[in-house]
Amino acid sequence: MADITLNHIRKVYPGGVEAIPGLSVDIEDGELCVLVGPSGCGKSTLLRMVAGLEEVTGGEISIGGRKVNDLEPADRDIAMVFQNYALYPHMSVYENMAYGLKNQGTPKAEIRERVNEAAGILGLADFLERKPRQLSGGQRQRVAMGRAIVRKPQVFLFDEPLSNLDAKLRMKTRVEIRDLQQRLKTTAIYVTHDQSEAMTLADKLVVMNAGRIEQVGPPIALYERPATKFVAEFIGSPPMNFIPGHAGADGVTIGEGVKLDDRPHQHGEVSVGIRPEHLVRDTAGPLSVDVRVVERLGASGNVYGWVEQTGSELVASLTDATLPQPGETMRMSVDPAMLHLFDRETGDRLD
Amino acid sequence: MRTKRVTFRHRWLPYLLVAPQIVITAVFFLWPASQAIYQSVLREDAFGLKTEFVGLANFERLFSDSAYLESFWTTIVFSALVAGLSMGIALVLAVMADRVIKSALVYRTVLIWPYAVAPAIAGVLWWFLFNPTIGIGAYAMGQLGYDWNHFQDGNDAMALIVIAAAWRQVSYNFLFFLAGLQAIPRSLIEAAAIDNAGPFKRFWSIQLPLLSPTVFFLLVVNVVYAFFETFGIVHATTGGGPGNETVILVYKVWRDAFEGLNLGSSAAQSVILMVIVIALTAIQFRYIERRVEY
Amino acid sequence: MVERRPVLNFVQHFVLILGAAIFAFPIYLAFVASTHTGIEVNRGLPLLPGDQFFQNYATVLGEGLSTAGAPPIGLMLMNSTIMAMAIALGKIAISLLSSFAIVYFKFPFRVLAFWTIFITLMLPVEVRILPTYEVVAQLGMLNSYAGLSIPLIASATATFLFRQFFMTVPEELTEAARIDGAGPMKFFRDILVPLSRTNLAALFVILFIYGWNQYLWPLLVTTDESYYTVVMGIKRMANAGDSLPEWHLIMATAILALLPPVIVILGMQRLFVRGLVEVEK
Repeated sequence: MADITLNHIRKVYPGGVEAIPGLSVDIEDGELCVLVGPSGCGKSTLLRMVAGLEEVTGGEISIGGRKVNDLEPADRDIAMVFQNYALYPHMSVYENMAYGLKNQGTPKAEIRERVNEAAGILGLADFLERKPRQLSGGQRQRVAMGRAIVRKPQVFLFDEPLSNLDAKLRMKTRVEIRDLQQRLKTTAIYVTHDQSEAMTLADKLVVMNAGRIEQVGPPIALYERPATKFVAEFIGSPPMNFIPGHAGADGVTIGEGVKLDDRPHQHGEVSVGIRPEHLVRDTAGPLSVDVRVVERLGASGNVYGWVEQTGSELVASLTDATLPQPGETMRMSVDPAMLHLFDRETGDRLD
Repeated sequence: MRTKRVTFRHRWLPYLLVAPQIVITAVFFLWPASQAIYQSVLREDAFGLKTEFVGLANFERLFSDSAYLESFWTTIVFSALVAGLSMGIALVLAVMADRVIKSALVYRTVLIWPYAVAPAIAGVLWWFLFNPTIGIGAYAMGQLGYDWNHFQDGNDAMALIVIAAAWRQVSYNFLFFLAGLQAIPRSLIEAAAIDNAGPFKRFWSIQLPLLSPTVFFLLVVNVVYAFFETFGIVHATTGGGPGNETVILVYKVWRDAFEGLNLGSSAAQSVILMVIVIALTAIQFRYIERRVEY
Repeated sequence: MVERRPVLNFVQHFVLILGAAIFAFPIYLAFVASTHTGIEVNRGLPLLPGDQFFQNYATVLGEGLSTAGAPPIGLMLMNSTIMAMAIALGKIAISLLSSFAIVYFKFPFRVLAFWTIFITLMLPVEVRILPTYEVVAQLGMLNSYAGLSIPLIASATATFLFRQFFMTVPEELTEAARIDGAGPMKFFRDILVPLSRTNLAALFVILFIYGWNQYLWPLLVTTDESYYTVVMGIKRMANAGDSLPEWHLIMATAILALLPPVIVILGMQRLFVRGLVEVEK
């Protein structure tokens, strides 16, 4: 068990491209930290630097108080689950899980015990003699997990481990990973580009963009108080709506004096963020929305349209029994406490 | 030139790993090749007592030597015949085998094994088959009114080494033609059939054009084979005769060096052969690069 | 088959069967000749096998052609086997190692090493006969198994094949192995070589045939009969001076000389075809 400290980590590729300009984050013992961001944001590079598969240009990585920058991956006491699982195709499931222990010189009897234990946890006991190609996608994913847990490492590293599974299996495995990590109380770093995976799994969520950290915190805090427009847009589904507005002494207004909030501010020109699920139908509401497309999802529905007063695009998640028809115009309102105000230039949160 | 994204770090291990191959290459390839180039500009006197630098004189002498030019011509004729004959027969057989999908594998089995027969052995087999006194081939030719004798007739001798060389190479060409034909999507042939193109029209308008990269590739391979790998056929059968009618270049290099002991000339011939190989290899590689783009 | 054309089908099978028969004919005749007495063969070759099979093969395997001064074929077959195996295994071994270094390490002179290997592609034995012979002679390797095989084991082709194959091995396997604590040689032995099995076998077939069928090289470096290989040795018999060639024994030798590579190619046909097409890619 160990905590992980990343202190001013830099990564510059030989061509001179700076993938990560300098980044710090602390991950506590037993915590599951999710790195999330669009592709190319540097999250995988960061994970691979922790694993020791990528050289660190500057800064310091320590695991359990020990600086690991110059250690071989095998000496860092970590285990990794790859996106494509990276199972050795010519070895049986048993041999795949045992290989790392064998290389450590673990006694045969202990290897057998640990592999059997892991296979029991993951429901792989009947497949130990099979080759990876004889397994289904979900089973392969389990073997990859098994290979990680038999090592009893200080840290688990997950590199988009669910993206090769179909949607249904992904949900199921997500729950299992969470359960397993909590039972083993092993510190973990988990990389994904899927925000719902990130929200549901993380103890600590790190949103990355262009090699920088946009925000760190518990998922719910990021959802409730996104620090930047980028985080606001990335976390939550469907994404947050943004409407240009004014936040002055007379409150928050959009378009020609359409008032959303009476409380005075001193921000001037802003971008007003409204989550789709915070919009409600209200015949006396300030927003007038032209409905274009309606998606029915069962218990709820997404309504896409335009805000008449500003011409901004808007999406609302409604749980009403009856949804509007395309072509209709409806009035909507939003609880002023649920408004998010961002600087139009920098995208930073203002309140 | 790329490596893996993730490479191992080690100070001396990679050198140790490449060392055996580099050492063998240096000792048995680079050094002899540079010796050949070096000797090609020297001339030794009749007693081997002193050598002098003669510049390109060895080359000039070669190209004014009618025996060498004849040998060059012989090689070109020989290569053209071997490549044409073996590719033509192989193509016909491959097209036939491609159409009978079910038994294509059976035919492949009965047609590929001559490739395993050494050129020299192939030469001896045909030499025996056409032996003027006891050979059944010569007997058959006699019945047809042709008096076959490869001991005396240069054309007969040439025909014999061409047949022996081509016999073996048909297998190789057949494999590549069959693989090329089977790589053509079935739907293309079917579309053409629906467009009312009969089997022969389909062959000329669809299969052959799509096969042209294979044809070109095999042409180079066959020429290289005929130029450089057929020494055994000539040496084990005609011995270059009758006269010098079947002296191909590779045979001449060997004979001038080991029987004629004419080092400078043999070295110059080696250098010319190297230039030919390099040119053919370059053509082949250009072709491979082109194919990558497809 | 796209359409039904019974006549065309018949023609096809006819052409293929005829082709196969013509191909097999020289071998068949050689076999027939090897089962008769010398007198029968020289009188005009019969078309059906005779009854001298065991007699003739026992003669060539055990005694050889004393008149031609050639050693027993049994010895030559063994020499050929040793040479072919040494060339095939040697080429595979040095090419595996060097392509591993070139693909999995970054080191100074890496590109130079690659080109040095590449250049061997352009220098077949046939074009540098005399100087190569001189080097081997100076190293005292004439009339030895080392002289027969080592100069032929540098191979750009095998190195290219392995390089190409290694480039297709997923990066993650290397990474997983590193995390599992495997150093370079352990990775090579435990992961890379087992993964290359099919390529190794395919290449072995091609290289064994290449080695077995060598003619010019053994001709140059062996003067001692006990190092003759069967493919080059047959020439000694065919040109046995002025006396009538003993065709029945020569043909028995030819059959024995072509049998091993033919068995290898037929036994491992699938691998051979795959390997051949891969090598030329």
